[in-house]
Amino acid sequence: MNDRGGANGPVGSWCGSQGAAQDGDVANCEETIHRLYFFLDGELTEDRRSAISKHLDHCGDCLDAVDFEAELRRVIADRCRDRVPEQLRDRIATALRNEQEQRA
Amino acid sequence: MADPARFADDAMEYMPSLYSAAMRMTRNPADAEDLLQETYLKAYRAYGRFEQGTNLKAWLYRILTNTYINAYRARRRRPEESDVENVEDLYLYRRLGAAGGSADGRSAEEEVLDRFTDDEVKAAIESLPEVFRIAVLLADVEGFSYKEIADITQVPIGTVMSRIHRGRRALQKALGEYGLQRGLVEAAPR
Ligand SMILES: [Zn+2]
Repeated sequence: MNDRGGANGPVGSWCGSQGAAQDGDVANCEETIHRLYFFLDGELTEDRRSAISKHLDHCGDCLDAVDFEAELRRVIADRCRDRVPEQLRDRIATALRNEQEQRA
Repeated sequence: MADPARFADDAMEYMPSLYSAAMRMTRNPADAEDLLQETYLKAYRAYGRFEQGTNLKAWLYRILTNTYINAYRARRRRPEESDVENVEDLYLYRRLGAAGGSADGRSAEEEVLDRFTDDEVKAAIESLPEVFRIAVLLADVEGFSYKEIADITQVPIGTVMSRIHRGRRALQKALGEYGLQRGLVEAAPR
């Protein structure tokens, strides 16, 4: 069963763990995907973080999605580096020196 | 209190990441260079008020962001869109063709991500409206927390979260469009 929730359907339908939603200790698929960014950002309370972790321990579909989002973030961070032009370093160093001399 | 004489030693190590952020904000090298120089000069002049031991990188980003917003926004010829459309969760993930797994344990979807070029990722970020672009940049490229981003951009934390989350989804859609042109991405979700 590798249905990703369908074109417009709720994400919650790709695995059969919705029953655990009432449990409180373990999140379901829908909640996991809904809070995915907070989870990856480390911005959840310990209870919620642990509920999602426990869900990921037994839901491969959600784990794949979480891994993908984490990998996407790594790729974005990696690809957005620009090399500082040497002349810009010199220009800023000179500007700071001039500023310092004016103050002295 | 920080010692201005130590400013260059303390602040220079952040130049590569500040420069990259300036490039994404201004979207051109000449403006990015001016923005960076202005940021360093302002930071130097204010360094006596920087509290030693607090987050220097976040402090520098706050000056960079303020300077960009005040100086470069005013200069822009045409006003920018200020909103993004709502994009569903997992937009990109649902549209990547699975071309078979790989030996090193990474999934086919993760392999596809590696095929996006630096220029495509940069262009996708630069296509986002300013407030979303800055939020995503600070969160995903620089790894600042929601709280730090709220301090840097001086907006409430709820607004920060909403900008990051919506901006990320819009970024996935923008990347998806590049991927579609190159056959990396499927037009419809699976
Ligand atoms: Zn699940």
